[in-house]
Amino acid sequence: MSRLNTANETLAKEIIARYPRPKSALIPLLHLAQEQDGYVADDAMLHLAELVGVEPAEVLGTCTFYEMFKREPVGKYILNICTNLSCQLTGGEELLHHAEKTLGIRPGDISDDGLFTIEDVECIAACTEAPCMQVNYRYEYRLSTDDFDQVISDIRAGKRKDLPEHGTLGLVRQHIPADRLAGIESPEEAGTPDWFASRQPAPDESGKA
Amino acid sequence: MVSTNEYVPHAAGYVDNKGPKIVTSRFPHEDSHTLVRALATGGYDGLKDAIRRTPADVAGEVKNAVLLGRGGAGFPAGIKWGFMPPVWPRYLVVNGDESEPGTYKDRLLMERDPHQLIEGCVIACYALGLNQCFLYVRGEMAVAQERIAQALNDAYAAGYVGKNILGTDVSIDVVLHWGAGAYIVGEETALIESLEGNRGMPRLKPPFFPAAKGLYMKPTIVNNVETLANLPWLMVNGADKFKTYGSEKSPGTRMLAISGHVNRPGVYEVEQGVVTFRDLFYGEQYCQGIKDGNELKAFVPGGGSAPWFFEDQLDVPIEASEVGPQGSMLGSGAIMVMDETTDIVKACLRLVRFYARESCGKCTPCREGTAWEEKVLQRILDGHGRPEDLDLLLEIGQSISPGVYPVAGFKGEDLDPVPFPPKQTTICPLGPSSVAPITSAVRRFRSEFEALIPETVVLENLS
Repeated sequence: MSRLNTANETLAKEIIARYPRPKSALIPLLHLAQEQDGYVADDAMLHLAELVGVEPAEVLGTCTFYEMFKREPVGKYILNICTNLSCQLTGGEELLHHAEKTLGIRPGDISDDGLFTIEDVECIAACTEAPCMQVNYRYEYRLSTDDFDQVISDIRAGKRKDLPEHGTLGLVRQHIPADRLAGIESPEEAGTPDWFASRQPAPDESGKA
Repeated sequence: MVSTNEYVPHAAGYVDNKGPKIVTSRFPHEDSHTLVRALATGGYDGLKDAIRRTPADVAGEVKNAVLLGRGGAGFPAGIKWGFMPPVWPRYLVVNGDESEPGTYKDRLLMERDPHQLIEGCVIACYALGLNQCFLYVRGEMAVAQERIAQALNDAYAAGYVGKNILGTDVSIDVVLHWGAGAYIVGEETALIESLEGNRGMPRLKPPFFPAAKGLYMKPTIVNNVETLANLPWLMVNGADKFKTYGSEKSPGTRMLAISGHVNRPGVYEVEQGVVTFRDLFYGEQYCQGIKDGNELKAFVPGGGSAPWFFEDQLDVPIEASEVGPQGSMLGSGAIMVMDETTDIVKACLRLVRFYARESCGKCTPCREGTAWEEKVLQRILDGHGRPEDLDLLLEIGQSISPGVYPVAGFKGEDLDPVPFPPKQTTICPLGPSSVAPITSAVRRFRSEFEALIPETVVLENLS
């Protein structure tokens, strides 16, 4: 689809400025592109390559390594069902099969109404609350198949306003006002902070610091 | 405030066990993630204390405390810090990419008390004499990212981070970075590659020890979230008080997540070396016994990469220096309990499949080996196993991790433990980790695998 829009390009430049080297911003920028379009579009990757000053192939290389980045449209809500050990022991695989049957899709597919994609994911750090699922990266704990059905019907009925659409990661962003920034310099230019140099103990008589 | 020995509803899974609280002291408060609550409960007092001392003095306090890294390797943070050569710029990278199977603690610390973590970061930056810190948070943890972003915005505005911290000349930036889903990025050199905007593939050590050649080839310290979360308390209370908790070799507490077949799975802050696995599984203030009164079959003591323990190891104290010689590791504090109903072959396959999916592909033994381990286990489970498959599995393991692989002892068969860690033909420990469930399960439950392998029938007279 598209390159970053003007507002997102401004945001992208703010993010890039927080890193000593522009390419370090690539993963946050890929998230930004995904937030705009729901997936990472080819044109967006070309735009990111221009913004951080690397070849488009490098952006593609980074993008394809990380499984959160989707290169094709997905459902509005991604259901990440964990089947790793703690969840497997407590019914995660049964939950996944129930989800497949209920929605009529396999992991990676989009449901007919375009609302859901399911994924069979690895450990999502809620092991004591197994079996667990994330809906657009927000947690549902100790989920029975009935609970799962409830989540699905609530989403269909538009009752889950707490869930952003796929692509939006955090609803709050870091923003550093210019007058509060300590200062980000390139690794070639940065040196010892003055405050550190002035806090070194005076050399003792043996000449050791 | 919740004051019973029960789950704390707003901190999913956390159980206040009435023990000493070094990193979870704010968890009982529902608004523990806000600056208001942090300041009302001693937040940033540790930073105030640190900044009045010299950086060398602060680093010395951390070294004296013997603060062992809480990420997995368990290396003392103070000594790690000392490996940095006197070269600038230098960086602090915070590893918040918690994704080891069974691990659930850093996410709680990030969601429930982001200010404690930020304060810990700034104290570490001050001690190390650096002014740029990157907080790498796992991509799937949207709420942790929101909480940290809000906390950073508030802390910058209030003068605890950024230019002229607490009105002094000390200026330090802390930048929130988002991951995007890759287990391997939890390995410190892969984390650095990822933070440089690349595919998260580990670098060879040597020469790329992060303390010497890390982010942008400059000296870099990578510390785990829980490790840094200890620093505010440590600054206020001092190393001597810190050492009154836990054992001599492993002072302080650990966050432990106990999941699987127990009556009350949960995340507990526990003094190191004081309680045993038996206390944790059966103790009234902890997990309250195995589910449905069943017998224990096996347990994973330190995350998916740890060789399994069995009933013989129940009385081992929760301490890295005790668990290692017994043939496993305490790792990331992730304990997974399997009762007698567990299908061991399925459990083994599931862990192996994790490593096969998450292998970054850089080293051949891991890329090819983990995939074959998964295929062979899958065909055994599907009833298509061959008589030679168990030996084949162990042989594949040998090509990733040569020599005798660490395993727990078994009195019943006079088997002695083989101490941790394993050897490796790979750059990082991901590949060798895939061998842990195989070696553990095949050595102890060989008959369960064999039962699934059909007998070979030689067909004659096919004409």
